[in-house]
Amino acid sequence: MKKSIVVAGVGGQGVITAANILARAALRDGYNVVMSELHGMAQRGGNVECSVRIGDVYSPIVGNETANAIISFEPLEALRNLQKVRKDGLVLTDVNPIIPPLVSLGIGKYPAVEEIFDKISKHCRLIKINADEIARKAGSILTKNVVMLGAATALNILPVSEESLIETIKGTVPPKYIEINMKAFEMGKEEMRK
Amino acid sequence: MELLGEGKKVLLGNEAIARGALEADVDVATTYPGTPSSEIADSLSMVARYLKNSGKEVPFYFQYSVNEKVALEFAAAASHAGLRALTCMKHVGLNVASDALMTYAYVGCKGGHVIVTADDPSCHSSQNEQDNRCYAKFAALPMLEPSSPQEAKDMTVEAFALSEKLSLPVILRTTTRVSHARGVVELAPLNMTFKKGKFEKGGLTVTVPAVARKLHPVLLEKMERAKEISNKSPFNFVEDFGGEYGIITSGAAYNYVREAVDDLNLKCKILKIGMSNPLPDKKIAEFLRECKKVIVVEELEPYIEEQVKIIARDEGIGVDIYGKGYGKLKRYYEYDMDIVYSTLAKFFGAEWEEKEEGEKITDRPPVLCPGCPHRATYYAVKQVAKPDTIYPTDIGCYTLGLLPPYKTADFLLCMGSSIGTGCGFSKATEQPVISFIGDSTFYHAGLPALVNAIHHNHNFVVVILDNSTTAMTGHQPHPGNDIDGMGNKAISMDMEKVVRGLGVKHVEVVDPRNLNEAKEAVRRALEYDGLSVIISKAPCILLERKYKKERKLYQINQEKCRKCKICITKFACPAFYFDGDDIKINAALCTGCGVCPQVCPFDAIEEVAE
Repeated sequence: MKKSIVVAGVGGQGVITAANILARAALRDGYNVVMSELHGMAQRGGNVECSVRIGDVYSPIVGNETANAIISFEPLEALRNLQKVRKDGLVLTDVNPIIPPLVSLGIGKYPAVEEIFDKISKHCRLIKINADEIARKAGSILTKNVVMLGAATALNILPVSEESLIETIKGTVPPKYIEINMKAFEMGKEEMRK
Repeated sequence: MELLGEGKKVLLGNEAIARGALEADVDVATTYPGTPSSEIADSLSMVARYLKNSGKEVPFYFQYSVNEKVALEFAAAASHAGLRALTCMKHVGLNVASDALMTYAYVGCKGGHVIVTADDPSCHSSQNEQDNRCYAKFAALPMLEPSSPQEAKDMTVEAFALSEKLSLPVILRTTTRVSHARGVVELAPLNMTFKKGKFEKGGLTVTVPAVARKLHPVLLEKMERAKEISNKSPFNFVEDFGGEYGIITSGAAYNYVREAVDDLNLKCKILKIGMSNPLPDKKIAEFLRECKKVIVVEELEPYIEEQVKIIARDEGIGVDIYGKGYGKLKRYYEYDMDIVYSTLAKFFGAEWEEKEEGEKITDRPPVLCPGCPHRATYYAVKQVAKPDTIYPTDIGCYTLGLLPPYKTADFLLCMGSSIGTGCGFSKATEQPVISFIGDSTFYHAGLPALVNAIHHNHNFVVVILDNSTTAMTGHQPHPGNDIDGMGNKAISMDMEKVVRGLGVKHVEVVDPRNLNEAKEAVRRALEYDGLSVIISKAPCILLERKYKKERKLYQINQEKCRKCKICITKFACPAFYFDGDDIKINAALCTGCGVCPQVCPFDAIEEVAE
């Protein structure tokens, strides 16, 4: 068995934490797991991408068209990583653009969101979610990464058990935030069932 | 605390190295932070503070040294007192420490000493992508090269033993994809005890020429023994998948090779090199004899490939050996699965469909954070300085001044180079020169250059961007702080006194968040005939946000806003955004630093209640 999930977004959105939760949940289920992350300069509002690979794997990064799914916290970042996902795979992305500051200076262009979704749909299956809104409803924008994990669970794209995910989330977030994170997880799941 | 746990854990490669050091009962650990090495030392710093806060004895001494050279010298001394020592740095850090390293190899060590160099192929967070395996060969030191977090831990433990066996410091060389990979690591028991060492006098430890001449052949003899160890080392192993073609590989490249063998169903033998200096010559010769043709898959320099070709020639083995230049194997950038799969498919005649490259997407480069005081400094300087002003810059978040609209970075070589090159530009041209250097970088390598500037009476401006931390690598403390890496009280340097004490006559300390004050200071510094130093002092906003509970909030009064866009085109704080034609402030990003109201010519930016 070999499963690869790419988690992508912008520095500060909790991308690495989400990938980490996924990796530790996989170990809890008894799988081998490797993942990659980048630190340093990239954290200052730059794009962030983590690959989580589970099963008979060695490489911490994915090859083109090998990932089973992309979980993206931002539309443009879904597009940036699109070539990594298999054509029979799936992209789950949040719908709220974060415009790179350089675009405001007239350097580069942020494409129309519909154009982004069009391109993704031509490559593979696309599922959209307004995770920002759900996270706020759950109690804090900081739970966005857990909303995304909840949605991914409902879509059945994560090769780990829901129980392990929930236990790992509980073991990761500060105790006083467990409740709103559990709420965020359930609301993410619920949104996908609609 | 995860790092002190037991059983199986998902650990970062760097955490695994820290854990390995703890399992090996390390006594002294030193570093200067640098991506991708930082989390090794940060993990030890966390362990030390955790134990201290739990009222337990910390079983090792840890320090963020002022630079890599001092870190290495400190640990070498500990080793000569009989203690086990660990020194971690990024690849270019070893350049700084190389003066000590080259002669330390001659002198050798007593207590096991492991030197970690974390290389950065593809320059994810570095100014070059030098291959530090060449240092092991250059200095004649044993080297281990892990591929995974588990190996990183195992090799760290073994490196201490190997170091003691050979009385030589051992280099542990990782790359970004090992240091920043996470994987499952099986932990061994911890056995941590605090010890003090004792230095025994009378060894060959003073490297005057007569002693150095004695030591060089001793070093070479030790490396002959190391070669025997390498030939027997379980870190150099063969995996046989049938067939007559061979692959020799190491480090991160091994992971891609190993998966390609599975996915492309390649009949081959793999020689995985884990101890890469000295290379296992007999094992390699034996491997070459068993193969019809061989390909070497390694990132960056043809370090293994060249030595394998020499071994083949010396042993009279006529097998064809491929490497750099074959398929997609290049001498630059890191490898990935597509590069390795495509190359091996060609080599084995296996089926492989080239994947399309993704389209070019608008970049999202890292930017200075909202509220970053460096932005205010750059804004003030640009308001005052002439367009032909040369801006030598240095290593830190502030290197991002390179980006528009600031463009306050014209030249950069290495840590401390802003002041050294500032000296040069000020003499070689008639252009004004303003050098930017961060506080941690100033202590690291700026001090000697400043002495040079003072002594030769060079005429330029040095702006020390003092944000009271080593921000880019994760807020490690530096000599300007009053707490050290173990959470103990430290003596903080007074930057102004340091600069004045050295002999700079024109020194001003400003808070750049007061733009007018900052501008006036820059104007006076530029007018001053001689060397001037401005200490632009304001805390890193990420730290200030952590400790400061209250914050002000600003919004744009749309009735007053005349859409001049200065706040976006010249000040460029990421909290500003266009909402149609209106400019707004994203309340979630605004830190309330209060600088932008000073930028707005129409007083349209107003404080609001949160």
